[in-house]
Order: sequence, then structure tokens, then C-alpha cells
Amino acid sequence: MNLMALDFSFFTWHVISTFIIKGLLFSLHLTLVAMAGGIILGTLLAMMRLSSFKWLSVPALVYVTTLRAIPLVMVILWFFLLIPLLTGKTMGAEYSALITFTVFEAAYYSEIMRAGIQSVKKDQVNAGYALGLTYFQNMRYIVLPQAFRNMLPVLLTQTIILFQDTSLVYAIGAYDLLKGFEILSKNYNRPVEAYLVAAVLYFIICFSLSYLVRQIQKKIQIIR
Amino acid sequence: MNYSFEWDVFLRSIGGNETYLSWLMTAWRWTLLVSVLSFVLAFFAGFLFGVFRTTNNKNLERIGNAWTELFRNIPLLVQLFLWYHVIPSIFPVMNKIPSFLLVVIALGLFTSARISDQVKAGILTLSTGQRYAALALGLTITQSYRYVLVPQALRIIIPPLTSEAMSIIKNSSVAFAIGIAELTMFAMQAQEETSRGIEIYLVVTGLYFASAFIVNLVAQFIEHKISIPSSAGARK
Repeated sequence: MNLMALDFSFFTWHVISTFIIKGLLFSLHLTLVAMAGGIILGTLLAMMRLSSFKWLSVPALVYVTTLRAIPLVMVILWFFLLIPLLTGKTMGAEYSALITFTVFEAAYYSEIMRAGIQSVKKDQVNAGYALGLTYFQNMRYIVLPQAFRNMLPVLLTQTIILFQDTSLVYAIGAYDLLKGFEILSKNYNRPVEAYLVAAVLYFIICFSLSYLVRQIQKKIQIIR
Repeated sequence: MNYSFEWDVFLRSIGGNETYLSWLMTAWRWTLLVSVLSFVLAFFAGFLFGVFRTTNNKNLERIGNAWTELFRNIPLLVQLFLWYHVIPSIFPVMNKIPSFLLVVIALGLFTSARISDQVKAGILTLSTGQRYAALALGLTITQSYRYVLVPQALRIIIPPLTSEAMSIIKNSSVAFAIGIAELTMFAMQAQEETSRGIEIYLVVTGLYFASAFIVNLVAQFIEHKISIPSSAGARK
């Protein structure tokens, strides 16, 4: 087979809307849920890790180092196997993926937020306390807003990686963007064209997002 | 949750003299083999294209940037499918390549994009004086990279290279998707056959931990061996 034999004619609007859009929507859904949940959980974990209480910092440290040492595919399989055992109910691959990705990404977001919190000068924190703010008020009004802004490009870059990683739900058969192309390749027996288009589509999405992140980075640098 | 562990699942026979334990060990060897070969490929390709991006030659810079963007912006699993399904049918020569080498190519080139970033950053942290001094001594551009810039950059980027090496072991788990009998594939199949998922997943997860730990030890040893005695991070 040579390049001339490629035939993309089966990519009709019907095919795209049946197979691709459904998968793309789930991939985006998964990315957004895991990003929001992961950043919230990750911020809490980062605050725990920076706490002077051992009973807060040690569990957070164990959580983060453990999840960062295990391949994501294994974590996906673990949750898919364990959640039904713990709850006694079977859970669809899609729901299982939503929980897994939130829990898993929290470990990575927490390391970013930890760096972000530490990037805020100690004077700011002390000034907050001198004004009579409590720990949580200090975090809410002084530290976290600055930490978020400083770390925004890194948080977004992690989110692009997260979007790429959603393709790994292949392991439990959830219907994501890649799965859409896989089904398509089997139905029309055109794996070459299907996976080529998949790669191009992923590339366009990720490349434009990382271009956007670079623009944001430049903007933030000027403000500072 | 009431779960009674049955660790002797690993002693069950899978036919012949083989047990799940011996299958597990073979699977671990596959994981390590794929990881090591991928890292070697990623290291050399990453260095080459990372160096390209620091030269003052516009064309080389463009090639280096294009390489990095191409392999960074497509998910690893999709890249693996490209090497497995797409490339061999466009270039029939590739059909002769065993599928574990296709994983090595996919994982190696994917990681080379990340290493090229680190190499670029490492070379750019060196003061420009180093580059000019090398040129002033009469070295050619190639020689100044070979004898002055790359040896120093290499030492600077050992910590990020170490975490890349650990990522490669984790990322090698995508090889299950094209049926390489590595740890993740073993976990999925053995779980299906025995229904003792927890025991099997615990042991496989443990082996991933152990592999990362070994990489860390090797990296520390290398870092210690090649550190420059006078540099800030060097051990006395």
C-alpha cells in the first residue's frame, strides 16, 4: 500500500457525528471534571503537605508519592477493579474513569500548587496574620490567588497532558475520542486512515492549547 | 470489605513447568527491556534535537522545534497506534520489525521530545562566555558542543533525566495495547484467568515501585561518578 491508496471518503458528516463527536465530548468532559476536581483536591493536599502538623503532612506525602510512582494505566485498572468490590455495585467504565482521573491528577496538581504556595513571599503571609486574618482567610484572600496566578501556565500545561492521558481509558473500554476512531477503523476496515486522522486531530487540539498557554505566560510575565 | 487473600495464586500452573510467578518475572523483564531500549533512543534523539534548538542556525532550530512539537502534542497511545497500524502499511519494510521494537520506537521518540526540552534548557543555563571562550580557542561549532557545552549540560540535567527514566518505566505500560507481554498485560490477563485481581495488582504495582527505585539508585550512582569536583552540587 502506498500513500496514493489512502481513502478518506468514509469520513462523512454522519460518521463524524456518530463516532467522533461522542468520543470527543467524553474526553473533554473527563478532562474538565478531572481538572476541576484535581485542582481542588490538589490544593487541599498541597496545604496539608505544607502544614506543620505531622498528621496532616505525612498522609498527603504518602498519597502524592504513591500515585506519582504508579503508571496511570495501572491506577485506572485498580479503580475499575476495586470500586465494585468496595461498594458492591458494578460501575460503568466512564464513571470509573471520572473518579480515577480526579484522584490521580490531584497528586500532580498538588505538586504544582505546593510550588505556587511557596512562591508567595513569607512577608505576605506574615502581613496577613498581622492584620488579624485567620489561616483560612490568609489562604483564601492572600496566598491562593497569587499562587494560582503564578502557576496558571503550569496548571494549564498539566491539563494538556491530562487531555492526552484520557486516551488511556482504552484499557477499560470507556468511549473516549480514541475509542471513537478505533470503532470507526473496525467498522470500515480502514485503520490507517482512522488513526492518521486521530493523530492529526489530537495534534491540532494540543498544539493550539499549548500555543494559548505560551500567550498567557507572556501576559503574566508583563504584569509581574 | 471481606476479602481473603490467596497468595498461592502465583504458584498455580499455567501449563508446563510455568507458574504465574515465572510468567510475572518474564513480564517484568519485558517491561525493563522496553524501558531501557526506549531510554537509549530517547536520550540520543533528545540530545541531537535539543542541541539543534540551541544553535544559531535557523534551519536546525526549526527542525528541532518541529520534532519536539510533533512528538509532544500527540498522546503516547495514539503514537503507538501510528507505529503499529499506520506506518507499516505505508512502508511495508516496517512489517518485519517485531512489535516490541515498535513500542521502543514510539516510547523513545515520545520521550525524546521531553528530553530535547531539558537539553535545550541545560545548554542555555550555561553562561554564553563558555560558548565564546570555546570559539575563541579556535574550536569549531561542533567541537565546542562536543568538548565544552554538552559535557556540562549533561551533568546539569541529570535530575530531570532521572525523572524521565522513571516516567519511561511507567509509560511502558501502554505496550499492553498492542499485546506485548509486559507487566500491565500480565496483570490484565492473570486477573481475568484467576479472578485474584487484588493480589496480582498489588504485586505488579510493587514491581513498578521497585523498578523506579532501581532507576533512582543507578541515577544517583551515575551522578556521583561524573560530577565535577568543583561544582556546587558535587559531593566531597
